[in-house]
Amino acid sequence: MNGARTPLRSFLRSVGSVFFKDWRSELRTRYAVSALLMFVVTTISIILFSLGSEGASPDALSGMLWVVVFFAAMSGLSRTFVMEEERGTTLTLQLLAPPGAVFFGKLLFNLVLVTGLNAVTVLLYAAFINGFVIRTMSIFVVTVILGSMGFAAAATVIAAIIARANTKGTLYPVLSFPIVLPLLLSVIEATRKASEGAFFGEAAGEFQLLISYTVVVVVASSMLFEYIWKD
Amino acid sequence: MVLKILLGVLLTAVIISGLGLPMSPHPQAWYELPVIPGLEEKARIIFFHVPTAWLSVVAFLTSMVYAIQFLRKRDLAYDIRSSAAAGLGFMFCILATLTGAVWAKFNWGSYWNWDPRETSIFVLLLIYGAYFSLRSAVETEEKRATLSSAYSIIAAVTVPFFIFIMPRIMTGLHPGAKGDPEGAGPVVEFKMSPNMRVIFFSSLIAFTLLFYWMFTLRVRTAEVEAHNHQGG
Repeated sequence: MNGARTPLRSFLRSVGSVFFKDWRSELRTRYAVSALLMFVVTTISIILFSLGSEGASPDALSGMLWVVVFFAAMSGLSRTFVMEEERGTTLTLQLLAPPGAVFFGKLLFNLVLVTGLNAVTVLLYAAFINGFVIRTMSIFVVTVILGSMGFAAAATVIAAIIARANTKGTLYPVLSFPIVLPLLLSVIEATRKASEGAFFGEAAGEFQLLISYTVVVVVASSMLFEYIWKD
Repeated sequence: MVLKILLGVLLTAVIISGLGLPMSPHPQAWYELPVIPGLEEKARIIFFHVPTAWLSVVAFLTSMVYAIQFLRKRDLAYDIRSSAAAGLGFMFCILATLTGAVWAKFNWGSYWNWDPRETSIFVLLLIYGAYFSLRSAVETEEKRATLSSAYSIIAAVTVPFFIFIMPRIMTGLHPGAKGDPEGAGPVVEFKMSPNMRVIFFSSLIAFTLLFYWMFTLRVRTAEVEAHNHQGG
């Protein structure tokens, strides 16, 4: 170790290492990416089949987009922590990295995953679902970005809880839904405004809510994570 | 003992006066309640429905406070208190939902309208449900206490988004929602006559005492049970 390193820099280095560890192991197996992608494709085709030739109202379609996003996220985001438990690497990670670094590393990884997932979902959704129109692109882009951040924040801490309980996947959507519901309602509302062609300023309330939600959840979960993570 | 007697007297008085006092369009005597146009006898629900909803929130906060205490002190006694408060909160939450739904059928025409406050109480129900399914999923006591405490704190920091923000950005049927001529906000200025106010606040106090009594009772039984388990 070359000793003259500030605490902040070494902390950021640990965050980076945790992130790149997950990144590399994801590149090896591509488990999360392929599971998420297939989930999105499956859900969108179910919507296509159930709609048939009938069109749904733009309101309903902008809500359904987030149904796809929610369940896709729920199918893959718990992976980061459940994987550690399954491989039995939790103890090693506990010894090697401070809890905060583990949390922010995993949060970063989930953030990248969700943002990528949302970009793909939105593209596929817009390509295949007729009648889904966005009139105010700026509102929509900001909504997707802020929504991804909020999703990643809530999903990461719930994933940590789930991995420590011996239930793995089953409880994940159950525990997450009430937590992400304020977020879901706001992104659905903002998407509706975007498809109606509202002015950018009209969605300011939703954006404030999304930002404060993300900040509150990240702060609370970074404080709680140490207790969840250490036995 | 004093608490039980006080509680008995107060609750009996609230029930008798809340249900029994006559209503008249032009109240003269001190015991006559005013008739609110459009509500009439149905206005009496406010003495019972609001306190149950109030308690489900108080219980939720109590549970969170004990959850924080548990994480700080690592003493399972706090976890017992946290889960006891959550259990009572769940019960009062169901009561508030049911009384509200039945009342809504007669006053608003359907059992459920997804009004912002209905949405909030539904989310509270979901949180309580998730909290107890998480508890039942973990077998080790220490771990169960830690995880459910963490979950209830996370849930508690996201709930204010519903209680304070959602009713204002969506239109609703309850007082205090957006579109209410009396003004939107979490704290509603009740247009109640002084005698209704007295009954209403006595009912709030009585229900809070009831919660406290049931809470101590539950904590004591849970502690005896835990003790018996250890003693074998």
